[in-house]
Amino acid sequence: MALVEVRDLKMYYRTLRGHVKAVDSVSFDIERGKAVGIAGESGCGKSSMAISILRLLPRNGEYHGGSVVMNGQDILKMPEEQFRKDVRWKQISMIFQGAMNALNPVHRVGDQIVEAILEHEDVSHEEAVSRTKDLFDLVGINPNRFGEYPHEFSGGMKQRAVIAMALACHPDLIIADEPTTALDVMVQAQILKAIGELREELNLSMMLITHDLSVIAQTCDSVVIMYAGKVAEYGSVMDVYVNPTHPYAMGLVKSFPNIHAERSPVRSLPGFPPNLIAPPTGCRFHPRCPLADEECMTVEPPLREVSRKKHYVACHKAEIVEQGVDIWAQ
Amino acid sequence: MGAVNTAQKSNVVEHGEVILQVRDLVKHFPVRMGFWQSMKTKEQPVLRAVDGVSLDVYKGEVLGLVGESGCGKTTLARTILRLTDATSGEAILEGQNIFDLNEAEMKKLRRKMQIIFQDPYESMNPRMDVQTVIAEPLILQGLASSAHDARDVVASVLADVEMVPPEEYMGRYPHELSGGQRQRVAVARALSVDPDFIVADEPVSMLDVSIRGEVLNLMLRLSRTRGVTFIYITHDLATARHICDRIAVMYLGKIVEMGTADEVIQTPLHPYTTALIGAVFVPDPRHRGFAEVLKGEIPSPVNPPQGCRLHPRCPYTMDICKQVEPPLVLHEGTHQVACHRAER
Repeated sequence: MALVEVRDLKMYYRTLRGHVKAVDSVSFDIERGKAVGIAGESGCGKSSMAISILRLLPRNGEYHGGSVVMNGQDILKMPEEQFRKDVRWKQISMIFQGAMNALNPVHRVGDQIVEAILEHEDVSHEEAVSRTKDLFDLVGINPNRFGEYPHEFSGGMKQRAVIAMALACHPDLIIADEPTTALDVMVQAQILKAIGELREELNLSMMLITHDLSVIAQTCDSVVIMYAGKVAEYGSVMDVYVNPTHPYAMGLVKSFPNIHAERSPVRSLPGFPPNLIAPPTGCRFHPRCPLADEECMTVEPPLREVSRKKHYVACHKAEIVEQGVDIWAQ
Repeated sequence: MGAVNTAQKSNVVEHGEVILQVRDLVKHFPVRMGFWQSMKTKEQPVLRAVDGVSLDVYKGEVLGLVGESGCGKTTLARTILRLTDATSGEAILEGQNIFDLNEAEMKKLRRKMQIIFQDPYESMNPRMDVQTVIAEPLILQGLASSAHDARDVVASVLADVEMVPPEEYMGRYPHELSGGQRQRVAVARALSVDPDFIVADEPVSMLDVSIRGEVLNLMLRLSRTRGVTFIYITHDLATARHICDRIAVMYLGKIVEMGTADEVIQTPLHPYTTALIGAVFVPDPRHRGFAEVLKGEIPSPVNPPQGCRLHPRCPYTMDICKQVEPPLVLHEGTHQVACHRAER
């Protein structure tokens, strides 16, 4: 059984002009010890999904159905107090977007992690301090820097400290929302390498949210490609990258330049994502899709397995795309 | 694919006319000190943002200026444009040293050099419509008396950046445009005064990956069809590899390697370039693995290391690297590198 099963999850934002359907019937699994990547353009609902799972909705966010089952329990149905005590940070923790600025500048870095431990676990202050020093060691920060302030840390070190904080209560799952976007390429490689080693050592599951498909290709086992609040394609990274079966996934994969490839024009995907208050009828991607026909404009395609097991796609034309012909060739 | 590649290759600009010569350019920023600190220190410490850079820019090429944040790539470009004053050195455009010009002469010369900024959401006045945004440089240069007067030029540059029909876009305001369209308006604004070169400072880093190609290919096409030179500043080696004719790699205020995109990416000679290329992730799960990255992070440009600036992080450091700063020397073809190891 998977560690986390997300089923039919719907989370909408209330606005004056109607509901923004940011997460609309999303289903996928996170296996124990595995990493799943969530990818898509900005505004596709990636980050909304993360806060939906951690129950950190802003005031105008509402669940409209679906479940998130972890260890046999639907964590969306739990009383808030129990969720806060047993799940948040202890079973699922999170590395936020722009985590480098998530540290409080007027408190020592070490103390901030100690505080996180004391908040969630019944341990003595001394024990929390010694655990924090171990965590520093684990993520590659010299434990002697326990008493330093955030401004004394470099960007990469701050990110490591935030990872240490996420690991503080031995969670099973870490949700990382664009964990390296603000970092330089060289530091990004260091951090992602460190996360990979930690995951192996601690048998951690990870949900990695990023717009950068190359990061997912290098670090995840499976990938969910989201478009306009829905899952467009979902499967192992091998299946999705090598045999993309949704026109959107194919376009996205092809628009990523490969530094080792022959010199060629950088591809792009024409058009832009739709307004999520009134998304297009039928398939939400149809206005941008070169294969769209009558059916695509009227009938919403269900998520289905095409020719490979556990490789799901929501497209009426999946059988055509699957042939491998470059449907985006101009 | 084969046909496309040869077409691309023959497209690479042969080194022709040099339009801009930069010689020994230095830009130091004074470091602010507290009172007691300034009593104790004799010399005013400086941040060596650009520390002796020489390069030639050829007509109609796309030159990539690549490096991590803090390497001085943006300062170098801003200094060349005289958006900030150089500490020493020269930049020669059309036979004149840009740094010697007075304000009036400078204003005239600004027509020849334009810039596209990183953030298309911040770089445009939200109260101006597209036509006014694009006409502004024309009016400032005295080439048009009003936005209405500049209408024909505005329409033609909008067509150049593939915003057709231009009439449909002229009356729109920035908030009515997508990020990619805004960046194309920024390109159109730069093009309006018919410049010799355009500095594009991270023009696509704020855009979704799916539309970056639009803006990058536009730059490449304009360099080919209109002979506009682009200096493309980026930290993204993968896009630089595909749109630049030449690439200059910077580290701590210095150019450490320079050559054609193929030379630099396929046969990197400097350990820093090799590490930078290794740190770029490949969007293909069949080729996995982290290359050895350099240890630590880029040191402070206030006190750069003696000798070769990379030596504390370099896996191949020799004794000479700690004492003698390697000069940028020609290796083969047009490939230049500043590394003691490459010289041997």
